[in-house]
Amino acid sequence: MSEEAITLKHLTVAYQSVPVLWDVSLGFKKGKMTAIIGPNGAGKSTLIKAMLQLIKPLTGEVAFSLNDHQMAPYKEVKQQVAYVPQNSSVDWDFPTTVLDVVTMGRYGRLGWFKRAKKADKEIAAQQLAKVGMQTFADRQISQLSGGQRQRVFLARALAQEADIYLLDEPLAGVDMKTERIIMNLLHELVAEGKTVIVVHHDLQTVEEYFDEVVFINRSLMAAGSVSSAFTDKNIEETYRTDQNVGERSAQP
Amino acid sequence: MEQLLALFSDYTFQIVALGTGFLGLLSGVVGTYATLRKESLLGDALSHAALPGIALAFLLIGKKDLVYLLGGALISGLIATALIQWISKKSTVKFDNALSVVLSSFFGLGLVLLTHIQGLENANQAGLEKFIYGQASSMLLSDVQLLLAVGAGILVLVLLLWKELKVFAFDPVFTQTLGFQTRILQFILSAMIILTVIFGLESVGVILMSALLIGPAVAARQWSDRLGVVLILAGLFGMVSGVAGTFISSIGRQIPTGPTIVLVLSLIVMISLIFSPKRGLIIRWVNQRRKKKAYIKQIEEKQERSEKYAR
Repeated sequence: MSEEAITLKHLTVAYQSVPVLWDVSLGFKKGKMTAIIGPNGAGKSTLIKAMLQLIKPLTGEVAFSLNDHQMAPYKEVKQQVAYVPQNSSVDWDFPTTVLDVVTMGRYGRLGWFKRAKKADKEIAAQQLAKVGMQTFADRQISQLSGGQRQRVFLARALAQEADIYLLDEPLAGVDMKTERIIMNLLHELVAEGKTVIVVHHDLQTVEEYFDEVVFINRSLMAAGSVSSAFTDKNIEETYRTDQNVGERSAQP
Repeated sequence: MEQLLALFSDYTFQIVALGTGFLGLLSGVVGTYATLRKESLLGDALSHAALPGIALAFLLIGKKDLVYLLGGALISGLIATALIQWISKKSTVKFDNALSVVLSSFFGLGLVLLTHIQGLENANQAGLEKFIYGQASSMLLSDVQLLLAVGAGILVLVLLLWKELKVFAFDPVFTQTLGFQTRILQFILSAMIILTVIFGLESVGVILMSALLIGPAVAARQWSDRLGVVLILAGLFGMVSGVAGTFISSIGRQIPTGPTIVLVLSLIVMISLIFSPKRGLIIRWVNQRRKKKAYIKQIEEKQERSEKYAR
């Protein structure tokens, strides 16, 4: 049995009074590449955001286990957890350059008030080279294509030099070249012993890309290694019904 | 000419120009963050909603002490913005609708109270209406000193929190995952916007203050893709508008300062929108035509070639 990097216990999340995630208990294996899959609106992004305390869960616990922490709350391990949001979440006309955005990945380690130093810029430039974007360093970010934006976001997360990487649909709407670059880098991270968790939408590539799979549709439908849990039965059950969790139990 | 020289060496003019110039600089810098965070409309709501606070403060205290009046402005502005946030969060009314409803009802209340005050038999009553359009000439040395002190504090804070404000303005969610308390950054940003607006009420007025917040940022963004340059340019544009507007309104009689400042600013915005070498209307039009021509040429060449083969 391999260890768990993130352990969820009875995680329940609601927007206003509508439950989006119902009683999810789950462990993400350390040093593995895990896909979170499920239909649109199943609560995949919500799951990630709740793990990062970006949304306050109604109940439940999220605990992180790293080399020097065991079952620690998120706030103690923030610097070790990198997050790649969906790239539609920011204003790409913001007056800043590609290298600048990647350097932002260093800000957490710097802490309040300290400026980014030359070493930070160098690390940022290295990450930019890893995603094949070094020639774009001085470009304004609005000039990038969707795939290039996604690669910049990944480079920013890499610059954090974290142990756990959480990515929200990094392959949505990107070109083949970007997909290959991103997946190669994620596999490199796993080879270095890091934990990678990806919200994924393409069932065709799950077996090729991932070690572990988690099926979500409002509640946990199934989880396990791709070889054992990625079955037609689990896929069908997850995608078959619109799950309306909580409504029954909320009514007397 | 002599008149101009006399004006420039006039002590009051110097004080007022210093005040409005610095206010413009501050508005440019703070307004850049406000527009990047898409919060410039809140500045608009805040300034309009300040009017009843000014009137009520005068009614309660009975004299025109700027500190009390601005204190009243601050309180009613904050109540209004809290009300807007609360309505758009808790009810089904959308943010923009909540904003216009609250903004206009507070402003209406302010106008009613001002009319009431003008009917009172109180020697002090005159001049409160300057807060509507702004009258920079009524700025006192002490007002300018207070503005300089608070404004310098804000500028130092912007320098100290350079990277924090930048990453927060660009991507607040990511900023939170980096371990920064975004609640603190949001509070600092809001406080900077509120203070700037409140300080602008006397010289620019409640109606046009938000223009001084938004205009310099919009103009500056046209000329650069770097936040640092945009901030410096926005500050510069705001300062030039402030000084030039004050100058123009001092030459003539009965020219309110606020509208004049905003007119100068509008001119800068217009020039920036049209002539910016990268984002301007002219260059975009030229580029579009160039591309169209190139495409047409490509298609024609292709047709010619296929016609040749057909033969």
